[in-house]
Amino acid sequence: MASLKDLRNRIASVKATQKITKAMQMVAAAKLRRAQEAAEAARPYSERMGAVLANITQAIGGGGDAPALMTGTGRDDVHLLVVCTAERGLCGGFNSQIARLARDHIRKLLADGKKVKIICVGKKGFDILRRDYGSLILERVDLREVKTLGFANADAIARKVIHLFNEGGFDICTLFYSQFKSVISQVPTAQQIIPAGVASAAAEATAGGNAVYEYEPEPGEILSDLIPRNISVQLFRALLENAAGEMGAKMSAMDNATRNAGDMINKLSITYNRQRQAQITKELIEIISGAEAL
Amino acid sequence: MAEAFKFELVSPERLLVSEQVESVVIPGAEGEMTVMAQHAPVMTTIKPGVVTLKTVGGKEERYVVFGGFADILPSGCTLLAESAVAVGDIDRADLARRIQEAREDAADAKDDETRSKAEQFLSQLTTLEAALLSA
Repeated sequence: MASLKDLRNRIASVKATQKITKAMQMVAAAKLRRAQEAAEAARPYSERMGAVLANITQAIGGGGDAPALMTGTGRDDVHLLVVCTAERGLCGGFNSQIARLARDHIRKLLADGKKVKIICVGKKGFDILRRDYGSLILERVDLREVKTLGFANADAIARKVIHLFNEGGFDICTLFYSQFKSVISQVPTAQQIIPAGVASAAAEATAGGNAVYEYEPEPGEILSDLIPRNISVQLFRALLENAAGEMGAKMSAMDNATRNAGDMINKLSITYNRQRQAQITKELIEIISGAEAL
Repeated sequence: MAEAFKFELVSPERLLVSEQVESVVIPGAEGEMTVMAQHAPVMTTIKPGVVTLKTVGGKEERYVVFGGFADILPSGCTLLAESAVAVGDIDRADLARRIQEAREDAADAKDDETRSKAEQFLSQLTTLEAALLSA
């Protein structure tokens, strides 16, 4: 049985922990708001980009002059996985969920006899995947120094991916990130970015306006400029969603931790009070029995 | 008074402008073009340059854009810029850094095609800088 002093120390330390988790929760809440705003501000661009892309795809009609980034290499032997996770932990199952999805995917691909290459964005995913598939990881992109996520960050990653593609480094590229549904729900998602989904884009185009465009320069040329940019945009969106998701997950994880600490303090206080009472009773008995003996 | 139409300037980070304007001058890849209401549908890439828009109130606003796309319809015009800043807020140091980067790209280029592309981009940037410095 712990002594009174031990219990007192224990309560004090749990209280200190509770203060920390509470503070972290509030920080995450503030950051979440900012991340959500950033994600919302970025939405018009990616939406319009999608519309423009759909229009052009329709104009070209999936003809022979579509760039390779869109049609793919025609093979699916080498897969590149871009796994986006957070840089920091303490956000519940957020990172491990993304990593698990990626790992399942990798296992399936390897079982099919495909080659797999990985680019890790964020430290946590790298740490998890390194254990099993360390030899497959090409690169690790570190965004820890980045305070506010800019388009330039996403663009740099996209450029690396495209460069690798042009060198014939891979055939299919899939992006892993967590979709931000709400503060309590983030859905790990796998999205294929190379080759871009031409079919879905074309279907959207027929639903949209059927204006006959003039193109300046040629549609093919615009498209070859647009597709790499679209990859950057997709990456940027994934990173923003991830940032918002991370903060959401962190907020609820820290909320849980604060509540757990509260429960623990209650339980410890009860034990502490009982024990103190027992000691007082014991002392009283000693005094009384001492007096009776006289 | 000219007819007004909807103009939107969007960068990946945010929506910069969304308002009714009378005319917009866009630095298209194949020359500057002025867009007014009822323009025929055109899609064009844009080069680094200055976008000038004239709002319904007759006010003129200028933005510097670094590459992107313009999607022009009779009912409106959307400009997807890779990055965009109001002329008043332009950061000289940032521009100088971009030029430096472009210069390095041009120097590093392995084949003729990428080199000519990089050099073209560099010359567009230096023209832009000259235009801004004189303004």
